[in-house]
Amino acid sequence: MNDVKCECGHVNPHGTVLCEACGKVLDEQEKNKKELLDMRYEGSARRSQTYNKTIIDKIWNFFSSVKVGVWIIIVILVASTLGTILPQEMYINLPADVYYEQEYGWFGKLYYQLGLHDLYGSWWYLLLIAMLGTSLVICSLDRVVPLYKALKAQRVTRHEGFLKRQRVFGINDNVDESDLNAIKKHLKERRYHVREENGDLLAEKGRFSRWGPYVNHIGLIIFLFGGMLRFIPGFYVNENLWVKEGETAVVPETSEQFYLQNNQFILQHYDKDKDKTFEKAIEEAGEVVKNYQSNVVLYKRVSDNLPGEKPKLEKVKEYKVRVNHPLTFEGYSVFQSSYRSELKAMTFFLTNKTTNQSFGELKIDLEDPQAKYDLGNGYSVEILNYFPDFEFNKDGEPTTKSRVPNNPAFVFKMVTPDIPKGETSFVAIKQTIEPFGDNQFKMAFKGIDTKNVSGFTVRKDSSLWAIILGGIIFMIGVIQGAYWNHRRIWVQNKNGQVWIAAHTNKNWYGIKKEIETILTDTKLDIPDDQLQLENSDKGGV
Amino acid sequence: MKKRRLVMRTIILLVLGAAVAYSLYSNLTKDNKQKVAIGDKAPDFVLVDMQGNKHRLSDYRGQGVFLNFWGTWCPPCKKEMPYINNQYLQYKDKGVQVLSIDIQEPKLAVNQFAERYKLDFPIMIDTDKEVMNVYGIDPLPATFLIDKNGDVVKYHTGEMTENMIKDFMEKIKP
Repeated sequence: MNDVKCECGHVNPHGTVLCEACGKVLDEQEKNKKELLDMRYEGSARRSQTYNKTIIDKIWNFFSSVKVGVWIIIVILVASTLGTILPQEMYINLPADVYYEQEYGWFGKLYYQLGLHDLYGSWWYLLLIAMLGTSLVICSLDRVVPLYKALKAQRVTRHEGFLKRQRVFGINDNVDESDLNAIKKHLKERRYHVREENGDLLAEKGRFSRWGPYVNHIGLIIFLFGGMLRFIPGFYVNENLWVKEGETAVVPETSEQFYLQNNQFILQHYDKDKDKTFEKAIEEAGEVVKNYQSNVVLYKRVSDNLPGEKPKLEKVKEYKVRVNHPLTFEGYSVFQSSYRSELKAMTFFLTNKTTNQSFGELKIDLEDPQAKYDLGNGYSVEILNYFPDFEFNKDGEPTTKSRVPNNPAFVFKMVTPDIPKGETSFVAIKQTIEPFGDNQFKMAFKGIDTKNVSGFTVRKDSSLWAIILGGIIFMIGVIQGAYWNHRRIWVQNKNGQVWIAAHTNKNWYGIKKEIETILTDTKLDIPDDQLQLENSDKGGV
Repeated sequence: MKKRRLVMRTIILLVLGAAVAYSLYSNLTKDNKQKVAIGDKAPDFVLVDMQGNKHRLSDYRGQGVFLNFWGTWCPPCKKEMPYINNQYLQYKDKGVQVLSIDIQEPKLAVNQFAERYKLDFPIMIDTDKEVMNVYGIDPLPATFLIDKNGDVVKYHTGEMTENMIKDFMEKIKP
């Protein structure tokens, strides 16, 4: 693999198509020497295309191909689309193996079996994204380095063959010195950077727009890196936290450092009479919620206690958490996201069934019921059994499904002066069973107390800076590449004539118009657009 | 020149590969990551049992600890509790302690349960789910076997037979 020395004296890396310095065509394989030059990457030696020796080179060359890159993007697009056909696992509230078949039949089952229910977290999707990242890095590196070198090495004086085969090209005989000075002046007025060598001119502007795509790729890579940061423990937190009114709970993923006390949950509706403007809308829609709010106090643990021991807490701040107004501290945000109502206490009267006379009432705290409630005068009630979430199990025995008081049931023993050894009664909501025959007394249901439980989402995202930075750099790259053009105009003395050639990476109309302005007040001819000539020839005009 | 190119490419590919490998690894392990893994020191805690006695895990250094998390409502817990009690009686003089932690239930429910199944070992209630969180328990029942040095030897979820419990006790006998 030898470097190639051009006749102008510049040494080019192996694989160079156009000499970096003078633009002479080096790669003689180009068949039609009359055709316009392919100016992509300045005809520099993209290294992937030249070295293909070791396994490392082979991997490198695979990812360096834009074709491969485009295919990766297409595959990711198709895969991402598949994930939107049915809801993903995180949005369903049944076990995945049940849900998909139950809701969508055989298709759902297949969807689940193929693992599409957790598509965006699957190893192969991640691998695709990783391949895209690799492709971005290698494609960019392989192109930006040679391009930078070629643009840096270019000389003012260019090879005849290079000039002739530019798209915009023209020849003028008999040119005055004053015309050349006028051109130079006009070029500078148009903010061209003009270099001069032996009477030859190279005017150039907007070179930095060539870096746009690469800046854009750097942005994308930082963006992907930000996504990767979320895998580091502690970088990304997204947890649910339920706190009952009046209770204090530890905030998850804070190493037991922060505690949240929920003083009150508030649910407000729009009032038809107060909000007259919305009267009609409210009538149509019924109840419309105006505000979900939890009044909370944030505490920080100051003691060095063990789990299970009562921690010493120090108040940090009070806050009213509302939708879109999270409580924030040390990178964490606590959002109001849900609420539910829970039974808190049930009240009963001990009543004589025949006379309907009451012998006192008892209020049972469903989270901490007492074993015995003494009502005085020889009347008392014992709880023999408590089922917070009552159901009959397979064997027909009363049992509880969970520890949450969703459907409380009790086995009471009612002790009265009339029946000192007591009567047993099973009491559930809207249901009373007297296992040992007709009782004289009963537990008459009086009422329930409920309490609200606020549902919060605790979120922390330390990768956000990388994602924002990546996004900004991405946009800078887009703007850089989109709103500026890299334009070059060569005005050179060849064989006693003045040759004008021009190249731009886009917007040919713009550069042609600009050349017209530059050549006004001179006797020089406007150069031709050779591509247009060619096409009109073919068109038979 | 050629060598430098190869070295550069190798380094870049290695860095990219490492990043990918890390992401894949942490993504695949995030679901079954155990907060307290085998070989770790068992996190210390203090809880008060139904009789009012304080139990601090680290006070049981030198003995094996059979640490069981349960609830009165969980059907497998009901089955295995009597077995645990039998084995507790067998092994309590051989240096194995049973500590059983109920998750956030009323005292009444726990007391009635203990009476019905005649449980002799210390039962504590984790009122604020703090110990449960530290040990990352889900679902119930869950059992940690802790050896005489305070290291976690085994973690088991789901119902246990009496033979399994006996084997477990044997495992942590000092």
